[in-house]
This record gives sequence, C-alpha cells and structure tokens, in this order.
Amino acid sequence: MSKNVLTIRNLSVNYQTDQGTLQAMRNVNIDVPKGSIVGVVGESGCGKSTLISTIIRLLATNADIPNGEVDFEGRDILTLSEDEMRKLRGDRLSIVFQDPMSSLNPVLTIGKQMTDIQYRDKKTMAQKRQRSINMLESVGIPDPASRLNQYPHEFSGGMRQRIAIAMALQAEPSLLIADEPTTALDATLEVQIIHLLKQLQSTIGCSVLFISHHLGVIAELCDYVVVIYAGEVVEEGTVSDVFKRPQHPYTEKLLECDPANIAQKTRELPTIPGNVPDLVSLPSGCIFKDRCHTKIDRCDNERPQRIDAADKHYVSCHLRSPQ
Amino acid sequence: MLIYCIKRIGLGILIVMLAVTLLFFMIHLVPGDPARILLGPRATPELIASMSQQLGLDKPLPIQILMFFANLFRGDMGMDVITNRPVADIVFGQLPYTLSLILTAIIGAALIGIPLGCYSAINRNSLADRVTGILSVACITAPAFVVALYSLLIFAVYLKWFPAVGAGEKGDFGDQVAHLVLPAFAIGLSWVGYLSRLVRASMLEVMGENHIRTARAYGLPERLVVFRYALKLAVLPTVTVIGVGMGFLLSAAVFTEIVFARPGLGKLIFDSISTRNYPVVMGSVLVSTILFVISTTISDLINAWLDPRIRASL
Ligand SMILES: Nc1ncnc2c1ncn2[C@@H]1O[C@H](COP(=O)(O)OP(=O)(O)OP(=O)(O)O)[C@@H](O)[C@H]1O
Ligand SMILES: [Mg+2]
Repeated sequence: MSKNVLTIRNLSVNYQTDQGTLQAMRNVNIDVPKGSIVGVVGESGCGKSTLISTIIRLLATNADIPNGEVDFEGRDILTLSEDEMRKLRGDRLSIVFQDPMSSLNPVLTIGKQMTDIQYRDKKTMAQKRQRSINMLESVGIPDPASRLNQYPHEFSGGMRQRIAIAMALQAEPSLLIADEPTTALDATLEVQIIHLLKQLQSTIGCSVLFISHHLGVIAELCDYVVVIYAGEVVEEGTVSDVFKRPQHPYTEKLLECDPANIAQKTRELPTIPGNVPDLVSLPSGCIFKDRCHTKIDRCDNERPQRIDAADKHYVSCHLRSPQ
Repeated sequence: MLIYCIKRIGLGILIVMLAVTLLFFMIHLVPGDPARILLGPRATPELIASMSQQLGLDKPLPIQILMFFANLFRGDMGMDVITNRPVADIVFGQLPYTLSLILTAIIGAALIGIPLGCYSAINRNSLADRVTGILSVACITAPAFVVALYSLLIFAVYLKWFPAVGAGEKGDFGDQVAHLVLPAFAIGLSWVGYLSRLVRASMLEVMGENHIRTARAYGLPERLVVFRYALKLAVLPTVTVIGVGMGFLLSAAVFTEIVFARPGLGKLIFDSISTRNYPVVMGSVLVSTILFVISTTISDLINAWLDPRIRASL
C-alpha cells in the first residue's frame, strides 16, 4: 500500500432524498500511486464530485457512507476526527474547484486569502506574503506583489484558476485534487492550465487526482485513468491502455463520441443514446446494460465482476470475463 | 474608495435638493395663497403680508426657488409665528432627543440581533435556533406603540425600574440615559427580531456558497470561516436595511415620544400638526428627510467599504 498516496477501497456513498436512498457511489476502488496523475472520467452526475467531497470529508449533510475505506498516507480518512481532518486539508491534501468565478471569496483580497491559509505556519506576515508572491509568480501571474492587494473580481477567469492552483500548491501537498478545473475556461486557456499543472506537479512532486469529463484533457495530462459510470468504476488502467484498447463498451462509446484529437476536440459532453439509470432504484445486473450495444443475457441479472484485462488494466464487463 | 465616497455623497446631496424642490412645489403649487395656507387659522392680513414678504411671493417662481434654497443653505427655515422663534432653532433643539433615541434603538438592536442571527445560522435547526426564531417573529409582529405602552406599564409603573416620562434632567447624563431605555426598547424590539432573522437568512445563504467550501477545504478554523469569510458578506443586506430603516424608526419615534411624553422631532411634528403650525411641520419634515438621506448614504458607504465590488460599481 505504501506506494500509493491514496487508496480507496469498496467505497459507497448514499444520499437520503425525498424519493428514497440515492446510491451515488457503490463499491468504488481507486488507487493514486505516489507522484502520478490519475484521471477520473465520467458523464455528468456519475458521482465525480461526490467522490471528491468524500475524500476531503465535506459531503452534504444528507449523505452517509455505508462502507469503504479512504486510505491517505497510511491513515483511513473516514475514521479521523474533525480536527485531525482539518489538519490534513490545505496542508497534505489540497483541492482546486470547478468554477474559478465563485470559489474565491469576493470581499477579501487575494493576498488575505493566500496568507490566511498559511495560518499553520509560524512565519511573519512578510514571509507569508513573500511565499504567496513566489507562488503567484510560478503560476504566471505578472506583477504578483501588487496583484496581491487586488480582489478576485479584478482578475479574469483564467487568472483566477491560476490563483486557485497557486493557493492549492502553496503548502506543497502530497495530493492535489482537481475537480474539472478547466471546464469553465475556453480551449486555449484550458491547454495552458493543463501544462501549468503538469509542470508544477513535477517540480513539487505531488500526486494529482484529476476529475474531468473531457477525454482529451485526461489523455494529455494523466498517467492512469479511471472510468466511472453511474457511481461505479467500469474500467481503469494506464492512459495508453485504456485509450488504445478500451475494454468496456461505455469507454468505447466515450472515445467514439470524443475524438481524442486534442487540436480539434469538441467541448460538448459525450452523447451516448439513453439515460443514466435511476440511482434510487437500481436495476439488477450490469449498470450499463440499457445503453449497451453489445448486451448479452448475463447482463440482465448478474453483476459483472472486476477482472484483469491486462497488466494494471481492469474492467467490469461480462464480455471480457472468461466463461 | 475615495471616488466612490465623493460620488455617493454627491448623489445624496442631489437627492436632498430634489426633495427640497418637491417640498417647495407642494407649498407653492396648491391652489390658494401659500402664505395663507402656511399660517392656517392664525392668518391675519398683517401676518399674511409679512409671510408673503418672507417667502418672496411677489417675485417670479425661479427667484422664489433660489431664495428658498439660499435660505435653507444658511439654515434659515423661516420664523414660527406662534413663538416668534426661528423654525430652525425649534427643530434643531428637538433633533438631539430623537437622534439619540433612534441611534440607541438601532445600535442596540444591531448589537443583539446580528450575533443572535449568526448563532441561529451556525446552530441551524437546533432548539436554540427554533426558540430564537419564534421569539424573533413575535418581536417583529409586536407594534412599537403596543410595546411602548406595555413597557411603560410594566417597567415604569409597576416595577419602577425606569422613569416613565420625559427625557431626563438636562446635564445629568445618567438620568438622560435612564430615560432613554424604555423608549429605545419600544422601537428597537421589533428590529432585534427583524435583524436576527435577516442575518440568519443571509448567513445561511453565504455559508452555502462555493468560496466557503473553498475556505473549509483549506482547513481554515470554523471561527475564521464564519466571522471573516462569511459574516463580511452576510451583513451587507443588513447594513442596507438599517440605513433604510432609519425612515421607519423616525415614524416609530412619533408614537413613542408621545407615549413617553418625550421631547423630540416626532412630538414636535405631532404638536405642530395639531395646532396647524405648518412652517414648523415643514421644517421638521425637511430635517427628517435629510436625516433619512444621510443614513442611507452612510449605509451605502459602509457597504462599499466592506465589498470592493460595490466600490467599483457606481
Ligand atoms: N446533496 C445531494 N442530495 C441528493 N443527491 C445528490 C446530492 N449531491 C449529489 N447528488 C446526486 O448524486 C449523483 C452524483 O452527483 P455528483 O455531483 O457527484 O456528480 P458529478 O459527476 O460531479 O456531476 P457533474 O459532472 O455534473 O459535476 C447525482 O445523481 C446527483 O443528483
Ligand atoms: Mg461535479
């Protein structure tokens, strides 16, 4: 286990809703090896944000975790006290959120917010500011010293996301989580931010869990990819394995809908006919069967097991199972 | 910030001028002789003549407006024909009483209501939150004059904790404060409830925003998240409401000053309406209007100081 920064085992998350218990994630396993970038890909509503909120333990109040372990640097995050958890957040474990427009406080200066999060350090204010200036410089904000006194609304969206990345990496965490950090940005900015992330990741040497519904970005940035469908991991492996030899019909469809060609990528969500199943009353058998073009009889009643398709390449599909 | 201040204060002055112009036309464009109307039942031919002179009624309208403004600018609001004292002296003599009453009421209400709202928001749906909720609504719905009467009966007449009537001995600060407690309580009580509900609602809204999630994701202590990251945004609507609320407090002061037989603008307006002493009514209304404009200006300036986006907007 020690070669992983983050090891998620058998994790399930439910939301209590008016319609009943919504099983947003079921028995999810994810590994983030030290120093690697792992991409999580899936359609809207498949549970990506739920996954992240579970890892940083900021789930909505109507959520509960019936089973699972989230092992981070040798400790199960789910059993930590609120205080211990707070010590990890923003120190060993950082996050960049989806929408840079709303994820910074509008009435506090960038400098205030960047020095506030260094509250653990026994440094002088001047040293903290200097640290923030250096961080802003490394994410490519020009004239960082005076920019520190400005408010978020005085920055463009791309700059705000750079600031968010600077904030997240300021404490040199061992794991950076990025929840679709480029979805709100246009294509050129997206490429810039991706390159920036990759470059900073290698200088700091942290691991990254990168969430996206954009295959092109995952292919560009990540070492491993985890494909999630309706709250279950359907396929995982190295980026080259999964993208070159997809094993699950859902991955195949995703790739078909999104030409991996980064130069002319479409910015729309992949469209696969049919809808995600109702997570309150789950169908029996395979979760993807209603939208699958290669469905066989077994899919109706039997839940597919996770099987080795190749070295470090796992898939949950009856078509790939031996019998 | 400086530019915003200048613009906002300029706007305030403009509004006062508009209000004054409106007031001018109200007196001068109603049918009949303005001097006669202003003098009401006391109109003798001599008084009408001197009043016409004072108002400059023989001059053309634009000159009259200019004179009106020029007089106001020098602090001259005409003479009170009954006491033969300048209206300005009478009005400004009463102003401190009302001002101290209103300010005590609203500052007291803010000091109690805002923390109460924060507490309710943080401990949302707890027993304490529900109890404050019910009490707040009870406070809001209790009319100021009812609270005034009952607090007078209970705390002044039966318990004798506080004096019942008047504004206290001149120069005796402690006595004046003691006389302030019940009237301020009467008009401030509903504001405690109102502000606590308002702060609770906006606090809950802000606490649900993305940047609060960010602050928490950085492991900031909850105290810092609530009081630095959330409260600064959550008080913005409250500051606006307090600024506008000064207008309501001015009208609540009328009842309260009568019930407690306290001197003040409200009492002055009431008395001069009943004796149809229009110059004094006008002077009081004018000063109240200016007071209202000042308080909304101040609340806007406070908001601009709190929120940089407002600063950039005007
Ligand atoms: N607080 C909640 N209460 C009830 N259901 C919820 C709650 N939060 C999320 N869900 C449901 O859980 C499922 C997963 O949601 P989640 O936000 O994790 O998806 P996502 O993959 O992040 O989607 P997106 O790409 O749109 O951000 C969805 O069906 C959603 O409706
Ligand atoms: Mg999401």
